[in-house]
Amino acid sequence: MLVVSGLGQRFGDLVALEDFALEVPSGAWVALLGPNGSGKSTALALIAGLLPITAGRVTFDGLVHGASPTDVRVRAAIGVVFQSPSLDPKLSVAENLGLCALIRGLSSTEGAARIAELTAALGVADRMASLVAELSGGLRRRVDLARALLARPSILLLDEPSAGLDESAFRRLWEFLVQSRARDGLTVLVATHRPEEAELCDRIVVIDGGKKVAEDTPDALKRRVSGDLVILESDRLDEVQSILAQTLGLSGRRSADQLVLESEAGHRLVPRLAEALPAGLLRAISVRRPSLADVFVKLTGSSLAA
Amino acid sequence: MNRSVTPSAAPGRAPSGGATWGTVSALVLRELYRLRRERSRWTGLVLQPLLLWAILGAGLRDRFVVPGASGLDYSTFFFPGVVVMTLLFTAIFGTMSVIEDRQQGFLQGVIVAPAPRFALVLGKVLGVTCIALVQMVLLVAVAPLAGFSLAGVQLPMLVAALLLTAIGLVAVGFAMAWRLPSTQAYHAVMSVVLIPLWVLSGAMFPVTGGVLGAIMAANPMTYAVAAVRHAFAGGLASTGPSPLVSFSALLAFAVLALLVATRTALRPSRRIA
Repeated sequence: MLVVSGLGQRFGDLVALEDFALEVPSGAWVALLGPNGSGKSTALALIAGLLPITAGRVTFDGLVHGASPTDVRVRAAIGVVFQSPSLDPKLSVAENLGLCALIRGLSSTEGAARIAELTAALGVADRMASLVAELSGGLRRRVDLARALLARPSILLLDEPSAGLDESAFRRLWEFLVQSRARDGLTVLVATHRPEEAELCDRIVVIDGGKKVAEDTPDALKRRVSGDLVILESDRLDEVQSILAQTLGLSGRRSADQLVLESEAGHRLVPRLAEALPAGLLRAISVRRPSLADVFVKLTGSSLAA
Repeated sequence: MNRSVTPSAAPGRAPSGGATWGTVSALVLRELYRLRRERSRWTGLVLQPLLLWAILGAGLRDRFVVPGASGLDYSTFFFPGVVVMTLLFTAIFGTMSVIEDRQQGFLQGVIVAPAPRFALVLGKVLGVTCIALVQMVLLVAVAPLAGFSLAGVQLPMLVAALLLTAIGLVAVGFAMAWRLPSTQAYHAVMSVVLIPLWVLSGAMFPVTGGVLGAIMAANPMTYAVAAVRHAFAGGLASTGPSPLVSFSALLAFAVLALLVATRTALRPSRRIA
């Protein structure tokens, strides 16, 4: 089990992470959900050992990270997929993975067997001679995932793993991870700003401004936004807001050219809205279930896309 | 993407003892892979100083008399300096990749590996040093054109001089590259700091007295040029530091530079994360 407590990081005057705590039980999938600059990548960098831990504590199965001699054992138990693939673009796939096997301390026999196994499983075995620079973003990500899994890590850290991937490559990447979990019980901690990626995890830690804002299962988090969301689109939102406040006592939150209202039963609210607002004032009205992006807005007051 | 992979290891499994030396050897091997793919670029780093040597040697042959060694051809005097210049260019070019590795992500994968940070520094330094030594084979092969007899070259002394100089310069380059934000900044700093140090190394003119002499005496490259001169032909370096002083200073430079590079690599940096 990965246990993080009181983790903090400053870069000069900037507080990137403050008193951050987290637990990832063996076999669990946990997502750190937050926009760019929220501190999730810093948290991952500290847990991975990319940055030295100066405030707080990280332990893995009771072994302290950052404290010699157990630090090396913790590092050996962690595999990391960074936002930018940790591959040399000027070398071939085979050369990159061979070097990584050496770096992770695998014997040549063990390294070769593991590379063959992973490249076959990830569908890149036929690209071993290709230069990494010649690979598509999706293939590069798969090779990087093979690199991270070479030394059979107990926990896999993923930092924005789908960054730069198209929908198909995104799906293939997560299919592989889901299959690995089903077969091998792979433990995963993923930092992402994509709600659809976070929803694939058992628990989500919402992070903003370097602090943990909430932690729960995806469904429980979504329940924090009550009922349905009714979205009103108009070129005159001030007028819409004013009328709704006066006639129905409703207030909502503005998002670009939309007004978002929370309602226990959206389908019942829509006719009342149509009746209260003059014809032609609204461009469109729609009802949908709340998403994790809505939960984030409700919890932090800002958007995940920020 | 639907075949099985074997289960993860037991949590906290101790790494094999090979992670440290595996990291060193992987980084050395990586430089050799890159050398194979970029032969023309590395060859260019040898040809550029040789071109300078040919032009300056020919231009100053009749105008420059080496104090204490009258009758010595300037091309002959200048050649060991060209050898050190090639090492310097290779160190600059080779360690610039530390910045590229940081920007492209390769470095992060090495940093989180279960090996001490010194392994990262040593691997990079030895890797670039290997390339430098391969280049030196080309340079030594043309030494007869500068008036040196290959039979007269004291090979063990030359290898030791090149090895210590390369390790020191590459480690200095590593430390600077680690701290600097971009390749442009790195080029600027190297041009301002290291190139003038090479000019003040006795490569182009003998060690003098006064302020310039004091700077030259404190300059590690002075001892590198002198050591290479001793290795090529003992009498040639009569105006510079003795072999004992030269090699002692070079050894101290290499060790100190490695320590500084390791210490620099241990410091937290936002650029790494």
